[in-house]
Amino acid sequence: MTVVLPAPDVLDQESAEWVRTLASPLDSDAAIARLYDLLLRAARFEIHRRRGGFHDDLAYQAADDALTAILAKLDTYRGASRFTTWAYKFVLLEVGVRLRKRAWEGREIPLEGDALETRLRGRTPQGAAEMGEFLTALRDGIRSALTPHQREVLVAITLNDVPIDVLADRLGTTRGALYKTLHDARHKLRAHLAAGGFALEEESE
Amino acid sequence: MIDRVLGPRGPELTCEQCFEELDRYVEVEMTGGDPDAAVPGMHAHLRGCPACADDHESLVALLRAERA
Repeated sequence: MTVVLPAPDVLDQESAEWVRTLASPLDSDAAIARLYDLLLRAARFEIHRRRGGFHDDLAYQAADDALTAILAKLDTYRGASRFTTWAYKFVLLEVGVRLRKRAWEGREIPLEGDALETRLRGRTPQGAAEMGEFLTALRDGIRSALTPHQREVLVAITLNDVPIDVLADRLGTTRGALYKTLHDARHKLRAHLAAGGFALEEESE
Repeated sequence: MIDRVLGPRGPELTCEQCFEELDRYVEVEMTGGDPDAAVPGMHAHLRGCPACADDHESLVALLRAERA
C-alpha cells in the first residue's frame, strides 16, 4: 500500500507514529493488530453505553468493517484531529448503524402516516387548540407540496422515528441521499408555510 | 416536533461532509474552542439529522471516557 503521509509538523507525535507504522511494510502487522484492539474496545464501550447489554458479535463486526474502511482511507487522513479520534468515528458509525438496524429487524417501516393530523397533534406538546391553523397548514403542505417520495421520507423519519440509515437500507439508497431528500422536503414545506402567511421564527441556539 | 419536521434553518452540511469533519469538530468542542466557527454548518446539520447527531454524541462520550 502506498500512503501519502501528512506533513510531519501537522501531526502530534502519537498520530505520526500511527500513520508511519500502519504504512510501514515492517511494522504494519503489529500496528494493525493494535488498531484493531483499539477499535474493538471502542465498539464495546459504545454498545454498553447505548444498550447496557452484551453484543460482542456486533462489536467484532463493527471493528472488522471499521478497520477495513480506515486502512482504505488512510491516505485521506490529514491530521485535522488526533489519529485515534479520526479512527474512532469509523467504528462508532458502524456500531450506530448496526444497533439501529438490529432494533428495527423484523419491524415494518411506517412510510406514511394514516392519520397525519392526529400524529402531528399528538407530537405537539402545546396541544391542538393554539396550533390548529399552523398544523392544518403543515399537514396540507405535507400532503400537497411534496412528492410521494419526499412525503414518505419526511413522515417516516420525522414523525414515525424511523432511523435514516434503516430507511436507506430498506429503500436501497444511502443515508446521504435520503437526507438530501429530507432537506429538500423541509425546504418545500417552509416555503409552503411562508406562502400561507406563517412566519417561521429563527431557531434559538 | 415542529422543528423536527421543518428542520434547521440556514446552511448545513451534508451527511458526508458531517462525517468528514466530525473528528475535528469534536476535538475543537472538547478543547474549549468554537466548533461552529471551525466547521460552519455542522451545528445545523446535527440538529436536522438524528443519525449524525447520534454519531456526534457517541464520539464525545468515548473521548470523555478516555480522558476521565
